[in-house]
Amino acid sequence: MRFVETVWLVTRKDLLIEARSKEILYTTLFFAVSCVLVFAFGFVREGRPLGDAAAGILWIAIAFSGTLALGRAFERERQSETLRALMMSPIDRPALYVGKLCGVLILLAAVELIVVPLVGLMFQAPLFAHPVLMIGLLLTGTVGFAAVGTLFAAMLVRARSRDVLLPVLLYPITIPVIIAGVRGTAALLQAEVDEPMARAWLSMLVFFDVVFVTLALWTFEPVMTE
Amino acid sequence: MIDFSTLTLTDVSRNFGRRRALARVSLAAAAGETIALLGPNGAGKSTLLSIAATLIAPSSGEVRYGDHDARTAGGALRGRIGLLGHDLYLYPELSAAENLRFFAKVYRLDGVERRVDEALDRAGLTTRRDDQVAGFSRGMRQRLALERALLHAPRLVLLDEPFTGLDDAATHALRRRLAGLREAGCIVLVTTHDLETIDGLIDRAVMLQQGKLVTIADGAGSLRERYRRSL
Repeated sequence: MRFVETVWLVTRKDLLIEARSKEILYTTLFFAVSCVLVFAFGFVREGRPLGDAAAGILWIAIAFSGTLALGRAFERERQSETLRALMMSPIDRPALYVGKLCGVLILLAAVELIVVPLVGLMFQAPLFAHPVLMIGLLLTGTVGFAAVGTLFAAMLVRARSRDVLLPVLLYPITIPVIIAGVRGTAALLQAEVDEPMARAWLSMLVFFDVVFVTLALWTFEPVMTE
Repeated sequence: MIDFSTLTLTDVSRNFGRRRALARVSLAAAAGETIALLGPNGAGKSTLLSIAATLIAPSSGEVRYGDHDARTAGGALRGRIGLLGHDLYLYPELSAAENLRFFAKVYRLDGVERRVDEALDRAGLTTRRDDQVAGFSRGMRQRLALERALLHAPRLVLLDEPFTGLDDAATHALRRRLAGLREAGCIVLVTTHDLETIDGLIDRAVMLQQGKLVTIADGAGSLRERYRRSL
Protein backbone atom coordinates (compact mmCIF):
# COMPACT_ATOMS: atom_id res chain seq x y z
CA MET A 1 0.00 0.00 0.00
CA ARG A 2 2.85 2.38 0.92
CA PHE A 3 4.49 1.58 -2.39
CA VAL A 4 1.36 2.54 -4.34
CA GLU A 5 0.90 5.74 -2.29
CA THR A 6 4.48 6.79 -2.99
CA VAL A 7 4.12 6.03 -6.69
CA TRP A 8 0.96 8.17 -6.82
CA LEU A 9 2.64 10.98 -4.87
CA VAL A 10 5.56 11.19 -7.30
CA THR A 11 3.40 10.79 -10.41
CA ARG A 12 0.88 13.38 -9.19
CA LYS A 13 3.68 15.85 -8.47
CA ASP A 14 5.15 15.35 -11.96
CA LEU A 15 1.75 15.78 -13.60
CA LEU A 16 1.02 18.91 -11.55
CA ILE A 17 4.32 20.45 -12.62
CA GLU A 18 3.64 19.50 -16.24
CA ALA A 19 0.11 20.91 -16.05
CA ARG A 20 1.64 24.24 -14.94
CA SER A 21 4.50 24.38 -17.47
CA LYS A 22 3.15 22.19 -20.32
CA GLU A 23 6.76 22.15 -21.44
CA ILE A 24 7.22 18.43 -22.08
CA LEU A 25 3.77 17.87 -23.56
CA TYR A 26 4.03 20.68 -26.10
CA THR A 27 7.62 19.98 -27.17
CA THR A 28 7.07 16.23 -27.39
CA LEU A 29 3.80 16.60 -29.25
CA PHE A 30 5.25 19.17 -31.66
CA PHE A 31 8.21 16.91 -32.35
CA ALA A 32 6.06 13.80 -32.89
CA VAL A 33 3.61 15.59 -35.20
CA SER A 34 6.49 17.16 -37.18
CA CYS A 35 8.10 13.75 -37.51
CA VAL A 36 4.89 12.19 -38.89
CA LEU A 37 4.32 15.08 -41.31
CA VAL A 38 7.89 14.98 -42.67
CA PHE A 39 7.65 11.23 -43.23
CA ALA A 40 4.24 11.67 -44.84
CA PHE A 41 5.83 13.93 -47.47
CA GLY A 42 8.46 11.27 -48.17
CA PHE A 43 6.41 8.09 -48.07
CA VAL A 44 3.03 9.07 -49.49
CA ARG A 45 3.04 9.35 -53.30
CA GLU A 46 -0.10 10.49 -55.12
CA GLY A 47 -2.18 9.77 -52.03
CA ARG A 48 -0.83 6.21 -51.65
CA PRO A 49 1.52 5.29 -48.81
CA LEU A 50 4.46 2.94 -49.34
CA GLY A 51 4.29 -0.62 -47.94
CA ASP A 52 4.46 -0.90 -44.15
CA ALA A 53 5.55 2.70 -43.73
CA ALA A 54 2.73 3.62 -41.32
CA ALA A 55 3.77 1.10 -38.66
CA GLY A 56 7.43 2.10 -38.81
CA ILE A 57 6.70 5.81 -38.73
CA LEU A 58 4.27 5.49 -35.83
CA TRP A 59 6.90 3.76 -33.70
CA ILE A 60 9.70 6.09 -34.79
CA ALA A 61 7.56 9.05 -33.74
CA ILE A 62 6.82 7.42 -30.37
CA ALA A 63 10.47 6.47 -29.76
CA PHE A 64 11.94 9.84 -30.76
CA SER A 65 9.39 11.93 -28.88
CA GLY A 66 9.65 9.55 -25.93
CA THR A 67 13.38 10.17 -25.73
CA LEU A 68 12.71 13.89 -25.61
CA ALA A 69 10.16 13.46 -22.80
CA LEU A 70 12.46 11.19 -20.80
CA GLY A 71 15.35 13.64 -20.95
CA ARG A 72 13.23 16.59 -19.86
CA ALA A 73 11.48 14.66 -17.07
CA PHE A 74 14.80 14.18 -15.29
CA GLU A 75 16.32 17.50 -16.32
CA ARG A 76 13.64 19.11 -14.15
CA GLU A 77 14.75 17.09 -11.14
CA ARG A 78 18.37 18.03 -11.84
CA GLN A 79 17.87 21.78 -12.12
CA SER A 80 17.03 22.27 -8.45
CA GLU A 81 18.66 18.99 -7.39
CA THR A 82 15.27 17.79 -6.20
CA LEU A 83 16.29 14.27 -7.16
CA ARG A 84 18.83 14.42 -4.33
CA ALA A 85 16.05 15.48 -1.95
CA LEU A 86 13.99 12.49 -3.07
CA MET A 87 16.97 10.15 -2.80
CA MET A 88 17.55 11.43 0.75
CA SER A 89 13.96 10.84 1.81
CA PRO A 90 12.83 7.56 3.39
CA ILE A 91 10.70 6.53 0.39
CA ASP A 92 11.31 3.22 -1.36
CA ARG A 93 13.55 3.96 -4.31
CA PRO A 94 11.79 1.46 -6.58
CA ALA A 95 8.56 3.38 -5.83
CA LEU A 96 10.32 6.56 -6.92
CA TYR A 97 11.30 4.84 -10.18
CA VAL A 98 7.76 3.59 -10.82
CA GLY A 99 6.35 7.05 -10.00
CA LYS A 100 8.63 8.69 -12.56
CA LEU A 101 7.83 5.93 -15.07
CA CYS A 102 4.07 6.44 -14.64
CA GLY A 103 4.47 10.19 -15.20
CA VAL A 104 6.36 9.57 -18.46
CA LEU A 105 3.81 6.94 -19.56
CA ILE A 106 0.87 9.31 -19.03
CA LEU A 107 2.62 12.01 -21.07
CA LEU A 108 3.42 9.56 -23.85
CA ALA A 109 -0.18 8.31 -23.81
CA ALA A 110 -1.33 11.90 -24.33
CA VAL A 111 1.07 12.24 -27.28
CA GLU A 112 -0.14 8.94 -28.75
CA LEU A 113 -3.74 10.14 -28.55
CA ILE A 114 -2.83 12.73 -31.18
CA VAL A 115 -0.11 10.90 -33.13
CA VAL A 116 -1.93 7.58 -33.70
CA PRO A 117 -4.98 9.14 -35.43
CA LEU A 118 -2.64 11.45 -37.34
CA VAL A 119 -0.65 8.49 -38.71
CA GLY A 120 -3.94 6.75 -39.54
CA LEU A 121 -5.08 9.83 -41.43
CA MET A 122 -1.86 10.64 -43.28
CA PHE A 123 -1.09 7.05 -44.28
CA GLN A 124 -4.68 5.84 -44.70
CA ALA A 125 -3.87 3.13 -42.16
CA PRO A 126 -6.79 1.33 -40.44
CA LEU A 127 -5.20 1.62 -37.02
CA PHE A 128 -8.52 1.26 -35.22
CA ALA A 129 -9.77 -1.80 -37.12
CA HIS A 130 -8.55 -4.02 -34.27
CA PRO A 131 -8.65 -1.63 -31.33
CA VAL A 132 -7.89 -4.14 -28.54
CA LEU A 133 -4.77 -5.51 -30.21
CA MET A 134 -3.66 -2.05 -31.31
CA ILE A 135 -4.06 -0.59 -27.83
CA GLY A 136 -2.28 -3.64 -26.40
CA LEU A 137 0.68 -3.14 -28.75
CA LEU A 138 0.86 0.59 -28.01
CA LEU A 139 0.59 0.06 -24.27
CA THR A 140 3.15 -2.72 -23.95
CA GLY A 141 5.53 -1.13 -26.46
CA THR A 142 5.42 2.22 -24.66
CA VAL A 143 5.90 0.59 -21.25
CA GLY A 144 8.94 -1.38 -22.49
CA PHE A 145 10.52 1.69 -24.08
CA ALA A 146 9.80 4.00 -21.12
CA ALA A 147 10.90 1.41 -18.51
CA VAL A 148 14.43 1.30 -19.92
CA GLY A 149 14.40 5.01 -20.75
CA THR A 150 13.40 6.07 -17.22
CA LEU A 151 16.23 4.03 -15.73
CA PHE A 152 18.82 5.41 -18.17
CA ALA A 153 17.57 8.99 -17.86
CA ALA A 154 17.88 8.73 -14.06
CA MET A 155 21.37 7.21 -14.34
CA LEU A 156 22.54 9.95 -16.70
CA VAL A 157 21.02 12.86 -14.79
CA ARG A 158 24.45 13.97 -13.58
CA ALA A 159 26.38 13.14 -16.76
CA ARG A 160 27.60 16.19 -18.66
CA SER A 161 26.72 14.80 -22.10
CA ARG A 162 23.43 13.20 -20.99
CA ASP A 163 21.46 14.54 -23.99
CA VAL A 164 23.76 12.66 -26.37
CA LEU A 165 24.24 9.58 -24.20
CA LEU A 166 20.54 8.88 -23.58
CA PRO A 167 19.61 7.95 -27.19
CA VAL A 168 22.99 6.25 -27.73
CA LEU A 169 22.32 3.92 -24.78
CA LEU A 170 18.55 3.68 -25.09
CA TYR A 171 17.99 2.75 -28.74
CA PRO A 172 20.25 -0.33 -28.92
CA ILE A 173 18.64 -1.78 -25.77
CA THR A 174 15.07 -1.02 -26.85
CA ILE A 175 15.45 -2.19 -30.46
CA PRO A 176 13.62 -5.47 -29.66
CA VAL A 177 10.67 -3.44 -28.31
CA ILE A 178 10.57 -1.14 -31.34
CA ILE A 179 10.86 -4.06 -33.78
CA ALA A 180 8.06 -5.96 -31.96
CA GLY A 181 5.89 -2.83 -31.99
CA VAL A 182 6.52 -2.22 -35.70
CA ARG A 183 5.98 -5.83 -36.78
CA GLY A 184 2.89 -6.25 -34.57
CA THR A 185 1.35 -3.04 -35.93
CA ALA A 186 2.28 -3.96 -39.50
CA ALA A 187 0.54 -7.33 -39.06
CA LEU A 188 -2.67 -5.43 -38.24
CA LEU A 189 -2.31 -2.98 -41.13
CA GLN A 190 -1.57 -5.33 -44.03
CA ALA A 191 -4.24 -6.17 -46.64
CA GLU A 192 -4.95 -9.53 -45.01
CA VAL A 193 -4.78 -8.90 -41.30
CA ASP A 194 -2.56 -11.43 -39.51
CA GLU A 195 -4.02 -11.48 -36.00
CA PRO A 196 -2.00 -14.50 -34.75
CA MET A 197 1.20 -12.70 -35.78
CA ALA A 198 0.09 -9.52 -34.00
CA ARG A 199 -0.69 -11.57 -30.88
CA ALA A 200 2.73 -13.23 -31.07
CA TRP A 201 4.44 -9.82 -31.17
CA LEU A 202 2.19 -8.62 -28.36
CA SER A 203 3.25 -11.61 -26.23
CA MET A 204 6.87 -10.76 -27.03
CA LEU A 205 6.28 -7.18 -25.85
CA VAL A 206 4.71 -8.41 -22.60
CA PHE A 207 7.81 -10.57 -22.07
CA PHE A 208 10.12 -7.60 -22.74
CA ASP A 209 8.08 -5.45 -20.32
CA VAL A 210 8.37 -8.00 -17.53
CA VAL A 211 12.12 -8.36 -18.07
CA PHE A 212 12.83 -4.62 -18.42
CA VAL A 213 10.66 -3.49 -15.49
CA THR A 214 12.06 -6.21 -13.23
CA LEU A 215 15.65 -5.34 -14.15
CA ALA A 216 14.99 -1.62 -13.69
CA LEU A 217 13.39 -2.13 -10.25
CA TRP A 218 16.32 -4.29 -9.24
CA THR A 219 19.04 -1.92 -10.45
CA PHE A 220 17.52 1.51 -9.74
CA GLU A 221 18.71 1.77 -6.15
CA PRO A 222 22.35 0.72 -6.72
CA VAL A 223 22.78 2.84 -9.87
CA MET A 224 21.34 5.90 -8.17
CA THR A 225 23.72 5.67 -5.21
CA GLU A 226 26.74 7.75 -6.18
CA MET B 1 11.57 4.77 14.11
CA ILE B 2 15.36 4.83 14.18
CA ASP B 3 17.02 7.38 16.43
CA PHE B 4 20.60 8.07 17.36
CA SER B 5 22.48 10.46 19.60
CA THR B 6 25.92 10.46 17.98
CA LEU B 7 27.45 10.84 14.55
CA THR B 8 30.87 9.30 14.11
CA LEU B 9 33.06 9.51 11.03
CA THR B 10 36.16 7.35 11.20
CA ASP B 11 38.98 7.71 8.65
CA VAL B 12 36.55 8.72 5.92
CA SER B 13 38.13 9.26 2.52
CA ARG B 14 36.45 10.02 -0.77
CA ASN B 15 38.01 10.04 -4.22
CA PHE B 16 36.49 11.40 -7.41
CA GLY B 17 38.55 9.68 -10.08
CA ARG B 18 42.17 10.54 -9.28
CA ARG B 19 41.23 13.55 -7.15
CA ARG B 20 41.02 12.99 -3.41
CA ALA B 21 38.26 15.17 -1.97
CA LEU B 22 38.53 13.87 1.60
CA ALA B 23 41.54 12.23 3.23
CA ARG B 24 41.03 10.15 6.37
CA VAL B 25 38.60 12.52 8.04
CA SER B 26 37.50 11.59 11.56
CA LEU B 27 34.83 13.56 13.40
CA ALA B 28 32.47 12.81 16.28
CA ALA B 29 29.40 14.82 17.21
CA ALA B 30 26.81 14.31 19.94
CA ALA B 31 23.16 15.29 20.25
CA GLY B 32 22.76 18.96 21.08
CA GLU B 33 26.08 19.86 19.50
CA THR B 34 26.52 22.42 16.74
CA ILE B 35 29.72 22.16 14.74
CA ALA B 36 30.90 24.66 12.14
CA LEU B 37 32.65 23.10 9.18
CA LEU B 38 34.89 25.78 7.72
CA GLY B 39 37.40 25.92 4.92
CA PRO B 40 38.20 27.52 1.59
CA ASN B 41 36.22 26.76 -1.58
CA GLY B 42 36.80 23.23 -2.85
CA ALA B 43 38.13 22.00 0.49
CA GLY B 44 35.62 19.12 0.62
CA LYS B 45 32.95 20.58 2.93
CA SER B 46 30.00 19.77 0.67
CA THR B 47 31.41 16.29 0.00
CA LEU B 48 31.59 15.65 3.73
CA LEU B 49 28.00 16.82 4.19
CA SER B 50 26.86 14.61 1.29
CA ILE B 51 28.54 11.61 2.91
CA ALA B 52 26.92 12.39 6.27
CA ALA B 53 23.60 12.75 4.40
CA THR B 54 24.07 9.23 2.91
CA LEU B 55 23.94 10.70 -0.58
CA ILE B 56 27.40 9.49 -1.47
CA ALA B 57 29.33 6.59 -0.02
CA PRO B 58 32.87 7.07 1.29
CA SER B 59 35.64 5.44 -0.73
CA SER B 60 37.01 4.15 2.58
CA GLY B 61 36.30 4.64 6.25
CA GLU B 62 33.10 4.38 8.22
CA VAL B 63 30.17 6.62 9.09
CA ARG B 64 27.99 5.57 12.01
CA TYR B 65 24.78 7.11 13.28
CA GLY B 66 24.66 5.85 16.85
CA ASP B 67 24.58 2.07 16.40
CA HIS B 68 23.44 2.27 12.79
CA ASP B 69 25.11 2.66 9.42
CA ALA B 70 23.62 3.95 6.20
CA ARG B 71 23.78 0.66 4.32
CA THR B 72 21.76 -1.40 6.80
CA ALA B 73 19.42 1.29 8.20
CA GLY B 74 18.40 2.64 4.76
CA GLY B 75 15.21 4.67 4.51
CA ALA B 76 14.50 4.73 8.25
CA LEU B 77 17.84 6.43 8.85
CA ARG B 78 17.43 8.85 5.94
CA GLY B 79 14.15 9.93 7.55
CA ARG B 80 16.13 11.28 10.52
CA ILE B 81 18.49 13.43 8.45
CA GLY B 82 17.74 16.91 7.12
CA LEU B 83 19.94 18.58 4.50
CA LEU B 84 19.92 22.12 3.20
CA GLY B 85 22.26 22.11 0.22
CA HIS B 86 23.72 24.68 -2.15
CA ASP B 87 20.80 23.89 -4.43
CA LEU B 88 17.60 24.37 -2.56
CA TYR B 89 15.74 21.15 -3.44
CA LEU B 90 12.50 22.97 -4.25
CA TYR B 91 10.24 22.61 -7.28
CA PRO B 92 9.97 26.09 -8.84
CA GLU B 93 6.67 25.27 -10.57
CA LEU B 94 4.99 24.36 -7.28
CA SER B 95 3.82 26.84 -4.66
CA ALA B 96 5.51 27.16 -1.27
CA ALA B 97 2.69 25.18 0.39
CA GLU B 98 2.69 22.50 -2.34
CA ASN B 99 6.45 21.99 -1.97
CA LEU B 100 6.17 21.55 1.80
CA ARG B 101 3.06 19.37 1.48
CA PHE B 102 4.79 17.10 -1.05
CA PHE B 103 7.84 16.59 1.14
CA ALA B 104 5.70 16.14 4.28
CA LYS B 105 3.92 13.29 2.50
CA VAL B 106 7.18 11.87 1.18
CA TYR B 107 8.38 11.73 4.81
CA ARG B 108 5.02 10.23 5.85
CA LEU B 109 4.43 12.88 8.51
CA ASP B 110 1.16 13.13 10.39
CA GLY B 111 -0.75 16.42 10.63
CA VAL B 112 0.55 17.54 7.24
CA GLU B 113 -1.49 20.75 6.96
CA ARG B 114 -0.60 21.87 10.48
CA ARG B 115 3.10 21.28 9.84
CA VAL B 116 2.91 23.12 6.52
CA ASP B 117 1.19 26.11 8.15
CA GLU B 118 3.76 26.22 10.96
CA ALA B 119 6.67 25.95 8.55
CA LEU B 120 5.29 28.72 6.35
CA ASP B 121 4.82 30.89 9.42
CA ARG B 122 8.43 30.32 10.54
CA ALA B 123 9.65 31.10 7.01
CA GLY B 124 7.56 34.29 6.99
CA LEU B 125 5.81 33.11 3.83
CA THR B 126 2.25 32.66 5.04
CA THR B 127 0.95 35.38 2.73
CA ARG B 128 2.85 33.89 -0.24
CA ARG B 129 1.87 30.27 0.48
CA ASP B 130 0.07 29.76 -2.84
CA ASP B 131 2.63 31.57 -5.01
CA GLN B 132 4.95 29.54 -7.21
CA VAL B 133 8.50 29.29 -5.86
CA ALA B 134 9.81 30.41 -9.28
CA GLY B 135 8.67 33.94 -8.40
CA PHE B 136 10.48 34.04 -5.03
CA SER B 137 13.68 35.94 -4.28
CA ARG B 138 16.80 33.98 -3.28
CA GLY B 139 16.24 34.82 0.37
CA MET B 140 12.63 33.65 0.33
CA ARG B 141 13.65 30.41 -1.36
CA GLN B 142 16.43 29.93 1.19
CA ARG B 143 13.97 30.35 4.08
CA LEU B 144 11.52 27.93 2.49
CA ALA B 145 14.30 25.43 1.75
CA LEU B 146 15.41 25.54 5.38
CA GLU B 147 11.88 24.76 6.55
CA ARG B 148 11.67 21.96 4.00
CA ALA B 149 14.88 20.47 5.37
CA LEU B 150 13.60 20.67 8.97
CA LEU B 151 9.97 19.72 8.29
CA HIS B 152 10.41 16.16 9.58
CA ALA B 153 12.25 17.21 12.77
CA PRO B 154 15.50 15.46 11.86
CA ARG B 155 18.06 14.40 14.45
CA LEU B 156 20.99 15.20 12.18
CA VAL B 157 20.79 18.62 10.51
CA LEU B 158 23.27 19.38 7.72
CA LEU B 159 23.32 22.99 6.53
CA ASP B 160 25.45 24.04 3.59
CA GLU B 161 25.83 27.84 3.53
CA PRO B 162 22.43 28.48 5.18
CA PHE B 163 22.93 32.27 5.42
CA THR B 164 23.22 32.76 1.64
CA GLY B 165 20.84 35.41 0.37
CA LEU B 166 19.26 36.18 3.74
CA ASP B 167 18.55 39.74 4.87
CA ASP B 168 19.25 40.90 8.43
CA ALA B 169 15.84 39.88 9.79
CA ALA B 170 16.03 36.43 8.19
CA THR B 171 19.62 36.01 9.45
CA HIS B 172 18.49 36.73 13.00
CA ALA B 173 15.58 34.32 12.57
CA LEU B 174 17.98 31.62 11.36
CA ARG B 175 20.29 32.23 14.32
CA ARG B 176 17.31 31.72 16.63
CA ARG B 177 16.37 28.59 14.71
CA LEU B 178 19.89 27.19 15.08
CA ALA B 179 19.81 27.86 18.82
CA GLY B 180 16.43 26.08 18.94
CA LEU B 181 17.86 23.06 17.11
CA ARG B 182 20.65 22.82 19.65
CA GLU B 183 18.14 22.93 22.52
CA ALA B 184 16.03 20.28 20.78
CA GLY B 185 19.02 17.91 20.85
CA CYS B 186 19.84 17.96 17.17
CA ILE B 187 23.31 17.27 15.84
CA VAL B 188 24.02 20.24 13.59
CA LEU B 189 26.82 20.45 11.05
CA VAL B 190 26.93 23.80 9.33
CA THR B 191 29.28 25.04 6.63
CA THR B 192 29.64 28.76 6.15
CA HIS B 193 32.00 31.54 5.16
CA ASP B 194 29.94 33.95 7.25
CA LEU B 195 32.02 33.50 10.38
CA GLU B 196 30.81 36.59 12.25
CA THR B 197 27.20 35.44 11.97
CA ILE B 198 27.88 31.93 13.22
CA ASP B 199 30.27 33.01 16.00
CA GLY B 200 28.71 32.36 19.41
CA LEU B 201 26.18 29.88 18.01
CA ILE B 202 28.49 26.92 17.67
CA ASP B 203 30.06 24.59 20.19
CA ARG B 204 33.23 24.12 18.15
CA ALA B 205 34.65 24.64 14.71
CA VAL B 206 36.68 22.40 12.46
CA MET B 207 38.31 23.24 9.18
CA LEU B 208 38.80 21.23 6.02
CA GLN B 209 41.89 22.05 4.02
CA GLN B 210 42.73 20.04 0.91
CA GLY B 211 40.49 17.26 2.17
CA LYS B 212 42.07 17.03 5.61
CA LEU B 213 40.33 17.95 8.84
CA VAL B 214 41.97 20.44 11.18
CA THR B 215 40.52 21.42 14.54
CA ILE B 216 40.26 25.14 15.16
CA ALA B 217 41.53 25.66 18.68
CA ASP B 218 39.36 27.38 21.27
CA GLY B 219 40.88 30.42 22.83
CA ALA B 220 41.08 34.14 22.59
CA GLY B 221 39.83 36.06 19.60
CA SER B 222 36.88 35.86 17.29
CA LEU B 223 36.09 32.79 15.19
CA ARG B 224 37.54 34.54 12.13
CA GLU B 225 40.80 35.30 13.92
CA ARG B 226 41.12 31.71 15.12
CA TYR B 227 40.23 30.45 11.63
CA ARG B 228 42.94 32.64 10.07
CA ARG B 229 45.49 31.38 12.56
CA SER B 230 44.60 27.80 11.62
CA LEU B 231 44.95 28.39 7.88
